Amino acid sequence: MKPYQNISLIIAVIVLALIPLVTVQRPEPGPDGKKVEIFAGADGQAEDLIKQIVPDYKPWFEPFFEPPSGEIESLLFALQAALGAGFIGYYLGSAATRSRLQKELNRPRVD
Amino acid sequence: MHIMEGFLPAKHAVAWSAASAPFVAYGIYSIKKRVAEHPEQRMLLGVATAFTFVLSALKIPSVTGSCSHPTGTGFGALLFGPAAMAPLGAIVLLFQAILLAHGGLTTLGANIFSMAIVGPFAAYGIFRMAQAIKLPFGLSVFLAAALGDLLTYVTTSLQLALAFPDPVGGFTASLAKFAGIFALTQIPLAASEGFLTVLVFNALARYNARELQSMNLPIPQEVKA
Repeated sequence: MKPYQNISLIIAVIVLALIPLVTVQRPEPGPDGKKVEIFAGADGQAEDLIKQIVPDYKPWFEPFFEPPSGEIESLLFALQAALGAGFIGYYLGSAATRSRLQKELNRPRVD
Repeated sequence: MHIMEGFLPAKHAVAWSAASAPFVAYGIYSIKKRVAEHPEQRMLLGVATAFTFVLSALKIPSVTGSCSHPTGTGFGALLFGPAAMAPLGAIVLLFQAILLAHGGLTTLGANIFSMAIVGPFAAYGIFRMAQAIKLPFGLSVFLAAALGDLLTYVTTSLQLALAFPDPVGGFTASLAKFAGIFALTQIPLAASEGFLTVLVFNALARYNARELQSMNLPIPQEVKA
C-alpha cells in the first residue's frame, strides 16, 4: 500500500472544506443593516430562485413533520451521520481483526 | 440536490416518480439475487448504505459561499452495480424527507432519479471506461465517484430548469441559473467525495481483499504489509 496515500486523501478533504471558509468574504450588510447570510444550503437557494422565476408559485404539499428548530435538525443530521459512521467502523474493525487473526493462524509455529 | 417538498409541479413530480420506479424495482430484485448468491456480502451492502448515510449528512462549505453535501452513491454502485443503489439511495432520501423535512415525498421520485439513478449509473459507466483505457484503479474510483456526484447535481439543475423555465430566456437561461447554484457549488465537494471513496476502497482492499475479488473488481493485490 502506498504509505502516505490515505493520510493525504484525508488532508485533501479537510483542505477543500477549509479553503472556502478563508476565501469567501461576507458581503457588506445591505441598506437594512442586516448581516448577509453566507454558507446557506444550496437547496434553499434553489427554492429562492424558483420563487424569483415564478413569483406566484405555491408549494402544493407540505412536509408532515419539520424539525421544530435548527438545533433539532442538526441533532437528526448528526444522528444520520453517526449511524452510518458507526456501521462502517464496526465493519472495518471486525474485518481488520479477522484478517489479523487469520494471519496469526497461518504463521508457522516456532515451538 | 434535494428538491424541496411541494416544489415540483404535480405533473413533473408524477413523471419523475414514474421514471424512477422501475429502477427501484429492478434494484430490489438485483439486491435480492445478489444476497441469495452471496449471503456473505450482506454486511458490505450495509456498508454501501451507511456510506451514503454519512456522506449525505455532511453539509460542506464550498467556494461559492454556500453549502452542499456529497451523495456517497458511487461507492455502492461500483460494488453492487448501479441498479442496487436506486433502492438504497431511496432509503436515505426517505429518511431525510420524513424526519428532516429535507427533500420531500412529492419530490422523492425526482430526487431518487438524480441521486440514486443518474449518479450511480454515471459512476459505474465512468469506472468501466476508465478501466478500459487502463487508468490506475485508484484514479478510476476517484473519477467515477467525483463525476457521479457532480452529474447528480447537474441532473437536479435540469429537473428544476424543465419545471421552471425562465420567463425571458426559457429553459437554457433557467438551467444556467440552477446549475450556477448546484453544479458550481458541487465541484470541490465532488472531489471530496472522490477522495473519500478511494479512502474506503483502500481500507476494504487491505482487510477484505478476498471479498472484493469475488465482486469482479480488479482490486490491486495487497503487497505484504
